[in-house]
Amino acid sequence: MDSGQTLGETLHQSVTFEDGLALDCGRHLASLTVAYRSYGTLNADGSNAILICHALTGDQYVAESHPLTGKPGWWEAVVGPAKPIDTNRFFVICANVLGGCMGSTGPRSPHDERPYEPWGTEFPAVTIQDMVRAQKRLVEHFGIAKLFAVIGGSMGGMQVLAWAALYPQMVFAAVPVAAAAYHSAQNIAFHEIGRQAIAADPFFYAGRYWAEGVTPERGLAVARMTAHITYLSEAALTRKFGRRLQTATDLTMLGDRFEVESYLQHQGSSFVHRFDANSYLTITRAMDLFDLAAEHDGNLAAAFGGSKIRFLLVSFSSDWLFPTAQSRAIARALNHVAANVSFVEIPSDKGHDAFLLDEPDFHRTLRGFLTGCAEHAALP
Amino acid sequence: MNDAAPVQYVAKNMRVDLRLIAGMVAEKTRVLDIGCGDGTLIDHLFRTKQCDARGIEIDMAEVTRAVIHGLPVMQGDADSDLANYPDAAFDYVILSRTLQAVERPREVLRQMLRIGTHAIVSFPNFGHWSVRLQLLLRGRMPMTAAWHRMWYETPNIHPCTIEDFFDLCRQDGYRVEQWLAADEAGASTPWRRFPALANLFGEQGLFLLRKA
Repeated sequence: MDSGQTLGETLHQSVTFEDGLALDCGRHLASLTVAYRSYGTLNADGSNAILICHALTGDQYVAESHPLTGKPGWWEAVVGPAKPIDTNRFFVICANVLGGCMGSTGPRSPHDERPYEPWGTEFPAVTIQDMVRAQKRLVEHFGIAKLFAVIGGSMGGMQVLAWAALYPQMVFAAVPVAAAAYHSAQNIAFHEIGRQAIAADPFFYAGRYWAEGVTPERGLAVARMTAHITYLSEAALTRKFGRRLQTATDLTMLGDRFEVESYLQHQGSSFVHRFDANSYLTITRAMDLFDLAAEHDGNLAAAFGGSKIRFLLVSFSSDWLFPTAQSRAIARALNHVAANVSFVEIPSDKGHDAFLLDEPDFHRTLRGFLTGCAEHAALP
Repeated sequence: MNDAAPVQYVAKNMRVDLRLIAGMVAEKTRVLDIGCGDGTLIDHLFRTKQCDARGIEIDMAEVTRAVIHGLPVMQGDADSDLANYPDAAFDYVILSRTLQAVERPREVLRQMLRIGTHAIVSFPNFGHWSVRLQLLLRGRMPMTAAWHRMWYETPNIHPCTIEDFFDLCRQDGYRVEQWLAADEAGASTPWRRFPALANLFGEQGLFLLRKA
């Protein structure tokens, strides 16, 4: 089947900035399109806006059914009327990241020099900070001088940290969830497996698969399967699947499949219908490049010097991809500059994915933090 | 005594001295409350004195409760985490009924007066007459309202008396700006100007310190 077709024709709400965007790598994108969704109403003085930053394979469809998959929004448990991020009270924006494949400028956008074909693997290397600069353009487009809060999990949490470091005067409260100030060697290693799987797919055609009318589905699916394991925990896998077989009740060695195998294959095959392989390469690389302290001679605290932002750091006890120690390191760096920081570790056996799932303690923590911040911001 | 109950610091839920502590804090100041529990004191300081009050608490369930109430509290440990803060980041650093439970009370005090211009410390007084009497008459570790756990499971590994604390302040060069002895109900007792009497009759000591 032609997944390129499936990915290609959906129209996303977006705004285009004709002056483009200067990137960390030194290149300048001729034009910048930021696709986004918004929920709720911006108040008269523009003080009730919350920006949500999505994770590696997330997108702007936070709180509504997805136009390609028809599935509920990825954070519908958290964002909506009367939800912890209450759209009756707040104006919520979520943008597809730079380098993504849901309408924002990325490898599927027309090439700057050869507009008759997409960028593909020639799309410039982008950073988490570049993603944030693109989001800033959108925020300014809305006439918002200061965001009430920037909130995100995983790679979204990296963007939140980059917001706090780059534009502290534009952020009242920051909530990096299950995040880290740098991508660890282990995490880079897992990403590299995914990238190699994509590159090894015979349908990859050195990134020019669109020209052949195919997509490297096998490679992208394997990348997703590997990554998906890192989002879970041993306990969660055991609880969900154990050693149960898909069809048989006893192991007969006759091609029996474990439930966990078919689950992973389903995760892989459904992913390829909503994600572009070159975007996956671009965004995983952006995560790998992220090291907030590196720009400050290895001193993370210097990234937050004099910050007036109210921070909430949240980690999950069974998350081994972005473990609690990483959040604690951020908390300590914030202590170094006497920043206002709340930090909780939520007990959960669901691994990294816990931030997307039904975790009542997390949701109550987020709600309480935002309510407290609204009081300090004198928000009605 | 219920053996299954989790070990907690003595009188974590007894907020008898919080009113007295709040009385020592000036309005619109920066405050760090170490061992803040569910954040009752920092909430009080924000609401009644417009303080920029924050907390550190070791028990994650208490931290979560505090953050759910919108209070800026982080999980952390008095023994290890104070070193992360810059000098003079706060006007007051508060340690309420926790000094006796930390591993290195002297170092914790030193850190408090490094990161804050004032330290406010309260602790249950091991010199109280009932403690002395129980040890004298029964020859056993005392059990009182403040010292209510068996010796083998108490988290209070560094008990001291009011006189002991005065000694440490002298030794380490801390000026005692205010002090008082209070009973368990939190009422300031009438022996406040006489350390030896306070040491005998005060159930807890409360000190406002700064570097000399």
